[in-house]
Amino acid sequence: MDLGELAACMGSLPCVITQVSAGLTIGLLLFLVASGLTLIFGVLGLVNFAHGTLYMLGAYFALSAYELTESFLVATLAGTLGVAVFGLLMERTLFRRIYGADVLMQLLVCYAVILIMDDVVKIVWGGDFLKMDMPETFRRPPLLIGGGIVPLFYLVLFGITLAVALLLALGMSRTRFGRTVRAAAVNPAMVASLGVNTSFVFAAVFAVGSGLAGLAGALSAPIRSVVPGAGVSILIESFIVTVIGGMGSIGGALAAALLIGLTRSFGSIGFPLFTEGLMFLMMAAILLVKPSGLAGKHLA
Amino acid sequence: MSGPVSELAVDGLDAAYGTSQVLFGVSFEVGRGETLALMGRNGAGKSTTFKAIAGVLPPRAGRVSLRGDDVAGRKPYRIARCGVAYVPEDRQVFPEHTVEENLEIAQKRGLDGGVGWSVARAFDSFPLLVPLRRRLAGRLSGGEQQMLTIARALMGNPAVLLLDEPSEGLAPLIVAEIGRLIRELRAAGTTIVLAEQNSRFCLAVATRVAVIDKGSIVWSGNVAQFQADPTVQSRYLQV
Ligand SMILES: Nc1ncnc2c1ncn2[C@@H]1O[C@H](COP(=O)(O)OP(=O)(O)OP(=O)(O)O)[C@@H](O)[C@H]1O
Ligand SMILES: [Mg+2]
Repeated sequence: MDLGELAACMGSLPCVITQVSAGLTIGLLLFLVASGLTLIFGVLGLVNFAHGTLYMLGAYFALSAYELTESFLVATLAGTLGVAVFGLLMERTLFRRIYGADVLMQLLVCYAVILIMDDVVKIVWGGDFLKMDMPETFRRPPLLIGGGIVPLFYLVLFGITLAVALLLALGMSRTRFGRTVRAAAVNPAMVASLGVNTSFVFAAVFAVGSGLAGLAGALSAPIRSVVPGAGVSILIESFIVTVIGGMGSIGGALAAALLIGLTRSFGSIGFPLFTEGLMFLMMAAILLVKPSGLAGKHLA
Repeated sequence: MSGPVSELAVDGLDAAYGTSQVLFGVSFEVGRGETLALMGRNGAGKSTTFKAIAGVLPPRAGRVSLRGDDVAGRKPYRIARCGVAYVPEDRQVFPEHTVEENLEIAQKRGLDGGVGWSVARAFDSFPLLVPLRRRLAGRLSGGEQQMLTIARALMGNPAVLLLDEPSEGLAPLIVAEIGRLIRELRAAGTTIVLAEQNSRFCLAVATRVAVIDKGSIVWSGNVAQFQADPTVQSRYLQV
């Protein structure tokens, strides 16, 4: 524990800015993964333990696309759309069979997917740590904002993630499809009786949730190592986020993800050996006060 | 079959919840623009008949023909697209959506030339819903919810409307309003099947009656025949 260090950082604006930007980066990536997880749980009743695998695949797809094209845009799209399509195929063949099933059954199926995909990734990309090169455009000295150090790529990441969060929130509340999704989350049988093909709606939701995880993976590829099994730690953090935010709540996921991101970032100064534990303490404290999480159990 | 093809013909319908069979060869026909009252005691099988027709509870045997096309066993959304709208007895509004959003979700995709129902037309026909437009459906009274579910069912331009106990537990004023709507729909050519225990309401709006008891149709005829036959009422309808 190093509380003196933490206090010193809190007292210096540059240090606070540096840590906040790092914390937001962690938090926003986490939000992308957790929002898909919470959407899939809220609408489909599936606890998608394989969600981290989708994140990992997004990173690998982006990496390969970047090696081929040297284009950040293409890499990001490949990670997002590639994983959305992969998720759609998995949904049609596998996951749709376990909606609303016993959570142990869901765990079993998802765990199989995790193990199989980890091996597939090892066969295709090898087992070593890989890293996507930072795209040329963003390869500049970090910005100095108020004395704090903020890499340019972080700002790109903030912009993309916040735009996606906004689109998702608007899509769920303002579009007819989003309203149908929210109704189907609560009462799929009635929605079907009105002539809506709920199976199609569910597939689309799974694809969107997968795409969000893929996007997170793609955006993480230039700043984190890409490695088989990378999905596991982000999965656990995403679960913490969904539990803190309230299962099924996208707004709650955003708040919780930022909280966790900042906890990790500042925690790494004050409690360098205990950052992981800190997240769980945070979760326990919030659940003691509000057992259903920050935003209860409502969508969007 | 002789004569014109019925809008809805149910033939030999069996249905079960798990291992307990509830419907035993339910058969009846409804012509276009007719309003059939499906009457029967508590637990006779009225709601189950509707669920089997709508596909919510897939029937074990039998046919459900819409203008001669057998839809039994199809998925509920397909049956809905074939022109069947089902209003369940517990109404099932979407409680966290506004009245307008409830209607919008149900609106049929790709309206052909505006001949069908639209949100605007629904508000014209259900004036009591107009001031409630932006209210959450979960906050409406029972009568308001009932009107909303009927309006919502119409958004798919159904040829056949299945109304399960639309008057149950509602204030007389609302019951009268729902009666008016049913007659208006009939005049427009919609085929309606109405499940009811309340025979006063039924007989005021129906053209024909079918009586169900222990999962089978035990009597059918027109309203005048029903009223002229006291034994059917005492045998199958009174407790
Ligand atoms: N979900 C269910 N699971 C098992 N049995 C059921 C279920 N729903 C209804 N039943 C049984 O099926 C039989 C017919 O029920 P149904 O709801 O069709 O009757 P009903 O004529 O609509 O009665 P009511 O006038 O009370 O609405 C009853 O014996 C009932 O107990
Ligand atoms: Mg009933």
